[in-house]
Amino acid sequence: MKASLRLPKNGRTIVVPQPSSRRFYGHGIPGLDPSKLGGKLVVIEGADGSGRSTQITRLVEWLEGCGHATVQVGLKRSTLVSEELEQAKRGNILSRTTLSLFYATDFADQIENVIIPSLRAGFIVIADRYIYTLMARDMARGADPGWLRNLYGMALVPDIVFYLNVPAEELVQRNFAKDYALDYWESGMDLGLSHDMFDSFIRYQAMIVDMFKKMQKTYGFTIVDASRSSDEINLELQKKIEAVMRGK
Amino acid sequence: MKTFEQLGFRGRLIAVEGIDGSGKSTQIYLLKRWMELQGLKVFFSEWNSSVLVKAATSKGKRRELLSPTTFSLIHATDFADRYERQLLPLLKAGYIVLCDRYIFTAFARDTVRGCPPEWVRGIYDFAALPDMTFFFKAPLETSLGRILEGRPELKYFEAGMDLRLSPDITESFRIFQGRILEQYLAMSTEFKFHIVDASQQIEPQQALVRDLVSSFIPLDQFRREKA
Repeated sequence: MKASLRLPKNGRTIVVPQPSSRRFYGHGIPGLDPSKLGGKLVVIEGADGSGRSTQITRLVEWLEGCGHATVQVGLKRSTLVSEELEQAKRGNILSRTTLSLFYATDFADQIENVIIPSLRAGFIVIADRYIYTLMARDMARGADPGWLRNLYGMALVPDIVFYLNVPAEELVQRNFAKDYALDYWESGMDLGLSHDMFDSFIRYQAMIVDMFKKMQKTYGFTIVDASRSSDEINLELQKKIEAVMRGK
Repeated sequence: MKTFEQLGFRGRLIAVEGIDGSGKSTQIYLLKRWMELQGLKVFFSEWNSSVLVKAATSKGKRRELLSPTTFSLIHATDFADRYERQLLPLLKAGYIVLCDRYIFTAFARDTVRGCPPEWVRGIYDFAALPDMTFFFKAPLETSLGRILEGRPELKYFEAGMDLRLSPDITESFRIFQGRILEQYLAMSTEFKFHIVDASQQIEPQQALVRDLVSSFIPLDQFRREKA
C-alpha cells in the first residue's frame, strides 16, 4: 500500500458528501436546474507534464477505496466531436474561432452527457482539465475574454479546481523524459512565437501561466506546488477534497 | 455590430433568411446567376456546409445526439469555419458573397430551442452584419405546403422533434416553423431586413431583389477585370 493511501477502517467511517450549492458560470444549459445535482466536481488543471494523469489515477484509487464512485472526463473526449476535432487538429487547418467553438462543443457534450448525469447519480467527477485551459489557450491566441466568459456560461462551477504548478523549464525536462519530444500545440507553434520549438514551448507555457494568473481572481484556483514528490502532492489533494466532501 | 461596408471591406455580403419552404434558396440562386452572367465576382455559401465540421454535425443529427446547446455550438463552429476561411478573405478581396442563411438563422432557431438569446448572440458577435439581408416572408401555411407537398420525409431536427412539441412529426414541424417565423419577425426591424412577400410568384420577387441590390450596391465595381 502506498504511503498516501489512507483508507477508512470500516463502513461507518465512509464520508457521505455534503450537498453543494451548485450554479453555472453564466446562462447555463436550457432546461437544467443545477441545484438538484449531487456528487462533487473536482477539476485538475495544469500543463502537460505537470503530473495531472498520475495524480488523477491515484485520486481515483483513493476515492474508490474510501467508498466513492468516480467518473473521469477530459478535453476532446466527447462522443459527438472528439474524432473530428482530433482530425482537424492533425491537419492544422482550423482557424482560431473555429477551433475554439469546436472545443466548446466537445465540452458542452460532456457536460450534458457525462458530468451532469454523473453528478445527479452522486458520483465524484474528476475532470482532467476544464474550461480554464480552453480559455487560457484562446486568450493566448487573442480571443476576447468577454466572448469566452459568455461562451462558457454553460459550464458548471466546480467544487474545487486544482492548478498543478510546475516551472516551464521543469516541464520541458519532464516532457523529454516521457517521450523525447514536445507537442506542437502545447508548444504553441501555431502562434509563430519562434521557429525553435524549445524556445516556443518556454514562451508559450509562460503565456499560459500568465493567463491562469489573470483568471485566478475570477475563478479562485487552488494552486498546488507540483514540483514536489507525487506522494506529497496527492496528500494535499486528498486533504482538500476531504474538506470539500465535508462541505467546508 | 457593424456591416462589412461599415468595417471598410471592399466586398459586400448579402444574406437571405426565411423559414423552410419560403423560397429563399431559389431567389438567391437566381440572384447569383444574374451576377455571374454579368461577370461579377460572386461567391455563394450555404448554412451548415463546412466540410470540416460536417462529419460531426451529420453524426450528431443522424444519431440524435444533439442537445439545444450542442446543436447551437456545432452550427456556430461550422459558421466560424466558413467565415474565417472563406467569407472574410473573399470579402477582403472585393467579392460579393451571397449567403443562404446567416447568423439570424441561429438567433431564431437556437432561441426557439431554449438557448438564452444573449448567449447565442454573444457567440456570434465575431461576425459582422450583412450589408443587405432579405427576409422572405410568407404565410406559414404557404411555406408548410411547399415543404410538405414536395418532400414529405421530414428530418428529426428540422421538424424540431427534439423539442417534444408533438409526437406527430408533421405537427411538430408546423409548430416549430411557426415559432421560428415569430422570431424572424421580432428581429426584422432591429436588423433592417428587406422584407420580400414570398407568397408572390418567383419573378416579381426576383425583380424586387435585383432592384434593391442594384440600388444599394454599385455592382459595376465588382466586375472581374477583363483579361
